[in-house]
Amino acid sequence: MITVLSILLFLAGVFFFFTATVGLLRMPDFYCRMQATGKGDTLGAFLTITGLALYNLNHGFTLAAVLVSLKIMFIVVFIFVANPTATHAIAKAGMDCGVEPWTKEGGNT
Amino acid sequence: MRYIVVFLILFAHWVIWSGMLDAFHLSLGVISCGIVTAMSHDFLFRRDKFLPQHITEVFRFIFYIPWLMYQIFLSNIHVAKIVLSPDMPIDPKFVWYKSKLKKDISHAAYSNSITLTPGTITTDIVDGQYYVHCLDQKVADDLLTGDMEKKVAHVFLED
Amino acid sequence: MENFFIGAGLALGFLTLLCLYRAIVGPTVLDRIVSIGVIGTKTTVILLLMGFIYGRADMFVDIALAYALLNFLATISAAKFFRTRKSIQPGHKYFKEREGRE
Repeated sequence: MITVLSILLFLAGVFFFFTATVGLLRMPDFYCRMQATGKGDTLGAFLTITGLALYNLNHGFTLAAVLVSLKIMFIVVFIFVANPTATHAIAKAGMDCGVEPWTKEGGNT
Repeated sequence: MRYIVVFLILFAHWVIWSGMLDAFHLSLGVISCGIVTAMSHDFLFRRDKFLPQHITEVFRFIFYIPWLMYQIFLSNIHVAKIVLSPDMPIDPKFVWYKSKLKKDISHAAYSNSITLTPGTITTDIVDGQYYVHCLDQKVADDLLTGDMEKKVAHVFLED
Repeated sequence: MENFFIGAGLALGFLTLLCLYRAIVGPTVLDRIVSIGVIGTKTTVILLLMGFIYGRADMFVDIALAYALLNFLATISAAKFFRTRKSIQPGHKYFKEREGRE
């Protein structure tokens, strides 16, 4: 039961990683690429790592297994705080360097 | 008071990450957490006093997280739809948004929430004005109604 | 179950290769920084998977956390470093001047 749930979570996470990657390859300019990566990466990492933490509890709730799952969830919390912050930092760097945004009418960068 | 709270947070992390509960490792933890607390006690909390309303903030923030998770899920579906459709229906533009929040922590939480909700990322904050990149006109209108700002203001007791 | 982990690791590695395309071709430096950040997040997950394949999850968790911290620091410091450079966009007048000189 736990195994099936963790496999489902993991597959959903891989799907969102896939969307982030396709967005990174297809979007026309730098700001739109960050729209795809900043979101898809955060949710993909959350789902995959939560799936692994659930699978780790498969063999019973011993103290060591619970500690390892807790550590894995700490990585998720860290990624959740750090990923949007890194996105802001890169976006601000792009604004300060004067990377011009792509618009529908204006054509290329 | 601030010393004690910082020390307890650091020591809880020590216990979780070391995973060894005998006297030797715990005493090493007490020593190193004490040194770090003495050196950097004012990094984590800027204020010196702890009032009951700060506990309320923590609890309200915990109840804010499930709503945020739902928004993140919606935004990922939105991005997936745009990215996987062959002709990419996007019309990106920048929008200024004026916010009434005051505290630093609520600015940080609000800008991270904007980044994680559908189709918008914060690029800059100047004096409480947010410079937001939107993927099309509809998400910009959703942002300008200011629903999420009310929720964040409720969490950090600013309404 | 081990086969599933190996297959999932292979899928994530393939996605990493796709991201590497943007890191090599990307028109500006900032595109490369974004794609390196994405690769770093996937690497964290792959490290955890390796821990489960080898049966030493308790050891690989620490490595994965250290990798996530370093990835965040690298992104932030690279963004901070390139913030003051006015010349990272191709077609900027710096590049035109340099081409005229050569």
